[in-house]
Amino acid sequence: MHFLLNDKPVTETALPSDFTALRYLREKRGLTGTKEGCASGDCGACTLLVGALEGGELKYSTFNSCITPIQSLSGKHLVSVEYLSELSGKAGGELHPAQQAMVEHHGSQCGFCTPGIVLSLAGLYENSQSSDKTIDRESVCDAISGNLCRCTGYRPIIDAGLDMVKTAEDNQFVELMSKNEKIKSQLSAMKEAVSSEKHSSENDRATYLQPITLAELLQAKASHADATMIAGGTDLMLENTQRFHDFATLIDVSQVAELKQIQDNGSTLTLGASVTYSELENFSKTRYPHIYNLLSRIASRQIRNRGTIGGNVANASPIADLPPLLLALDADMQLVKVDGSKRVVNINDFYRGYKTTLLAKDELIESFWIDLTKLNAFHRFYKVSKRMEDDISSVMLAVRFELNDDKISDVRFAFGGMAATPIRAVKAEQSLIGQNVNDEPALAQAIENLRNELTPLSDMRASSRYRLDMACNLIKKAWLELNGTQVPTFSGHPVSDSLLTLGYELPSNKGQGTQEKGASHA
Amino acid sequence: MRKLPNNLTLNNQSTDAKGARLPIHESAMKHVTGDAVYIDDMPEWPNELHIATGKSTEAHADIVSINLDKVRAHPGVVDVIVQSDIPGEIDVSPVLSGDLLLAGDFVHFIGQSIFAVAATSLRAAKQAVELAEIVYKPRISTLHPKESLERQEFVLPTHTIQCGDVKSAMASAPHKIKSDLYIKGQEHFYLEGQISVAVPNEDGGVLVYASSQHPAEVQKLVAKVLGLPVAQVLVEVRRMGGGFGGKESQAAVLGCMAAVLAIRNRCPVKYRMPRQDDMVQTGKRHDFWNSYEVGFSNEGEILSAEYDMVGKCGCTADLSDGVVDRAMFHADNAYHLPNARISGYRGKTHTVSNTAFRGFGGPKGVLLAEAVVEEIACTVGKDSLDIRKLNCYQEGKTKTPYGQEVEEDVLLTLIEELEESSDYRARRQAINEFNKQSPFLKKGLALTPVKFGISFTSKHLNQGGALIHVYTDGSVQISHGGTEMGQGLYTKVAQIVAKTFGIDYQRVNVCSTRTDKVPNASPTAASAGTDLNGMAALDAARTIKGRLQEFAMEHFGIAADEFAIEDDSVTLGNETMSFPEFVKLAYMNRVSLSSTGFYKTPKIGYDRKAAKGRPFLYFSNGAAVSEVIVDTFTGEYKVTQVDILHDVGDSINSDIDIGQIEGAFVQGMGWLTSEELSWDEKGRITTNSPANYKIPTSADVPEKFNVKLFDRANSEESIYRSKAVGEPPLMLGISVWCALKDACASVCDHKFSPPLAVPATPEAVFYSMQAAQEFVANASTNKAKAENA
Repeated sequence: MHFLLNDKPVTETALPSDFTALRYLREKRGLTGTKEGCASGDCGACTLLVGALEGGELKYSTFNSCITPIQSLSGKHLVSVEYLSELSGKAGGELHPAQQAMVEHHGSQCGFCTPGIVLSLAGLYENSQSSDKTIDRESVCDAISGNLCRCTGYRPIIDAGLDMVKTAEDNQFVELMSKNEKIKSQLSAMKEAVSSEKHSSENDRATYLQPITLAELLQAKASHADATMIAGGTDLMLENTQRFHDFATLIDVSQVAELKQIQDNGSTLTLGASVTYSELENFSKTRYPHIYNLLSRIASRQIRNRGTIGGNVANASPIADLPPLLLALDADMQLVKVDGSKRVVNINDFYRGYKTTLLAKDELIESFWIDLTKLNAFHRFYKVSKRMEDDISSVMLAVRFELNDDKISDVRFAFGGMAATPIRAVKAEQSLIGQNVNDEPALAQAIENLRNELTPLSDMRASSRYRLDMACNLIKKAWLELNGTQVPTFSGHPVSDSLLTLGYELPSNKGQGTQEKGASHA
Repeated sequence: MRKLPNNLTLNNQSTDAKGARLPIHESAMKHVTGDAVYIDDMPEWPNELHIATGKSTEAHADIVSINLDKVRAHPGVVDVIVQSDIPGEIDVSPVLSGDLLLAGDFVHFIGQSIFAVAATSLRAAKQAVELAEIVYKPRISTLHPKESLERQEFVLPTHTIQCGDVKSAMASAPHKIKSDLYIKGQEHFYLEGQISVAVPNEDGGVLVYASSQHPAEVQKLVAKVLGLPVAQVLVEVRRMGGGFGGKESQAAVLGCMAAVLAIRNRCPVKYRMPRQDDMVQTGKRHDFWNSYEVGFSNEGEILSAEYDMVGKCGCTADLSDGVVDRAMFHADNAYHLPNARISGYRGKTHTVSNTAFRGFGGPKGVLLAEAVVEEIACTVGKDSLDIRKLNCYQEGKTKTPYGQEVEEDVLLTLIEELEESSDYRARRQAINEFNKQSPFLKKGLALTPVKFGISFTSKHLNQGGALIHVYTDGSVQISHGGTEMGQGLYTKVAQIVAKTFGIDYQRVNVCSTRTDKVPNASPTAASAGTDLNGMAALDAARTIKGRLQEFAMEHFGIAADEFAIEDDSVTLGNETMSFPEFVKLAYMNRVSLSSTGFYKTPKIGYDRKAAKGRPFLYFSNGAAVSEVIVDTFTGEYKVTQVDILHDVGDSINSDIDIGQIEGAFVQGMGWLTSEELSWDEKGRITTNSPANYKIPTSADVPEKFNVKLFDRANSEESIYRSKAVGEPPLMLGISVWCALKDACASVCDHKFSPPLAVPATPEAVFYSMQAAQEFVANASTNKAKAENA
């Protein structure tokens, strides 16, 4: 594999398939500025900035290096905190604006989380420089949403983020990354080498395959029947870093072009399985605000930059947030076999039991298809968790109502955290179909049915009782919203202070609500 | 920002409009560049070994048999040890006994180390320990402090503090409340996990690099387990990636284990706990089960209080005696209790031995006091702030239950200043209006004070040592007994020494903390780091400066008052000289330029038998106002504004102090909100990772977060009249819990203060609001009752 490590091109040939970027930096390169805080992608001390060429543009995003296989970063520019110091030397000893602001605002105390935070802020700085976006509090908190600090209470770090001063045009830091032509040309030269190289090795432990076309992917899967498929690896890699399990051959689906598409053809929205949360978040921001709100509540920025829709669905965790969303929207899934044959299944048929799906061993998810009329109907996604950022749902409800005049013609209540699989409350749904939209007894019946239908577990995230009470309350909340009552919500980041302050004063919702109510399933 | 009267500013630095600049944290530049070295960042030797331990899967059991054959056979494994392989003593308890380096024939918590593996990599060691075959014979286990009390199973004897006539005052009180409050503990979650590296030396001794708040204790215990004299062991601590009390006593285990395996294998050995091991195998903040009965007047004045406080100490004593004592000493918090009985029980449970955590028991007392205030306020129908002001220590109300006088009249002034500056009354009005009109969201507000006693309650620990060298170029090297865990101790001590000498801050340099520089040092704990070590450094600097003065008088024939060092320049009668020139001259004239310094805290003493005395030199004070908004559908909430006024005396470094206050506040808030420790019925901790244990993130911190320092010098002769700052502001986070409780009480128009669990997770808040609704329903008609059921 070839990549750029800070300002040096690197070639590696004999690394284990699951060797993490964090271990590579610390153990093979002595770059100890990057820290291990948890080895599970939850604290951000290991944050790494990674640059990739996308359509001629150099784009940087942050990853948790502790759960990222180094071989997945083939052809990329890896930026560790030491790179900023190297540049600092070239900039006459000046610190990078992120570093300088952190020093001036007393953003470090024990300092262990600091390099990770500096890189998250440097990534924000870089992106704001290249897009001329202004940095506000929301964007700072978003950038460091996956960075835990136990000392400062964050106030000085947020202030530092807000105060990263734009440096002079001729400064090294301006051309730090995205505008750095040398890096661009080095990476594009590498692209040739990367695409032609065979990652395969005699030793299974070292075989990491990263196909870039679907055909290559299917071929790889055909010739390595026992290989483990990896996308973002944000859950899979915990096997390696928490349970110390050694993987053999890994097949990485994250770079396959056909799996990375987002397409809206006017009637169907197609989401490739390897689309990351961040990509879907960006796409939905202006088009589908409720999807955007949910995505901004999933994990942290670092995880959203790696984790994929397909991975979240295939992983089959009962507490994943996207399966309920897809269930509520009746998404179809296109599955593809190693022989190239394809079949379409509805996500409602996909989950068979705890962590099991109908995906065959020689099959993988290619894409999800969402009928746009369903997205035009009233839909909401509510996530309840102990912490707003980077937390797993206690309960997650995805709901969709379709109306025919004043009657509910169809409804979906899809839950995470309520059973061994993502699950729909079918009996609760049925009690509302055909009822008047504002029929309160019907709602009460739906809630009653729900209570008899689902028996969630108690665990460290929530009690069974709370999960059930939440499921009922969230349905009630959705029903109120459906009926035009403005219900302020904490589900969605950031919780707007003005919304919460005004809460009761807001006029009953106009535009959005009526439009949605009007849309019926023709 | 207000003018800070005694900030120890940088000398010879350009001053801007805002006034003199303060030194930044001494490692700030190294933090942001990644150059700061933590133990795991040190280069490894080619023959370095790595440790993992085999852990008990039973809470309380006899070990019937251990088969480690497969462990030994795993590739990479070099050595495997059990208890009988420890050359010296097996007990590594900090103060008392019971903490064994490796379990022998029985285990008393899940996660206890039974054997240790040294392998060529941490990965190999971790894989190997899973291969052990251990047969247990389980015994009955005690997992809850309530059970410890019922079974009278304690790690140490119960202690009681009393004042006045509790029974008759209680009997005649117009109002009484009797209830209990279970307060859960907290995981430290220092970002740098526990770690030590041991390197054998040529004399059979060992050098230990530790991430410890108490290097002297690591040294002592390493010597014990190796059967060596203490002088054969050297411990060095440059910095910790956070400590918060979690590395006060329990870091020693890692040093001891590494040292035993290093000596056996004659090579460097590293013991770094992966996060999950750290969260399972090391102690946390104690849970407390507090039950209470309080009598009070119609006005809400507390007349009598009886508190029974049971700490969940875990399987051994560790530091629990001091922790429970401090909980008792702070059960009054800022409020005068004319008649009180406070009993503290050291409950034994078959769980990991709980340990120090910022506040050291204090928060469990303070939270109890504040919960009581909220309930009194609802009972007598007043704003809780009025109850606080009425009961707060003030003229005529100065004696604590343990007999120490609250000499400074700070609390009421401070509370009133914050009440004013935070616009408390107007906001209360606005919130009441909001709550009346808002069906789905409710707001809450609370102002809570803290009064925190400063000094170790173990008297002998109240001493500090320092060693200062002045070199011939005028540079100054300082060693002291305190450790740096991010709190800025090194920076403050450097400021103190620079100021004492009268020289530029840039001339002084604080070295890593080593047991060969300052012996027998106390732990860096109890907020006392600057108080003790700063004073010791001051003493050392004064000794050297005295010698320089004596020399100057003799050499230049000047009077004592004709000698001065100010702004980095030496005045010698009519002459001036640069500091380096003068130091060089003193050296040429054979003046000793090195000195130790020592300090012991005066005035303190607590008679345990009488349960009376003065455990603390002084009190640090503060208050916070928090405002929250709660979603009644889910119990989810957001802290929307925080205003803090905190008393640090004359600040030595206001930037560092404000950093401590903010950080402690958020840590306290985390303890009471999203951070929930969870255990299963077997006694296994289920919150064993940051994936399921949630400390605050940046989005949890309110945008309106105002922190101000209270403008008054310490009336005691502390180091430059400053006050300790590390722990006290953690308890300001209690204002968030009280504000949530207030929001829940608004559901029933504050007629009743519904119980709110600790931590107040969304689930806890939801059920507190449910309780408030039930109260309304019960008070209403049966029909309403049916609707709310």
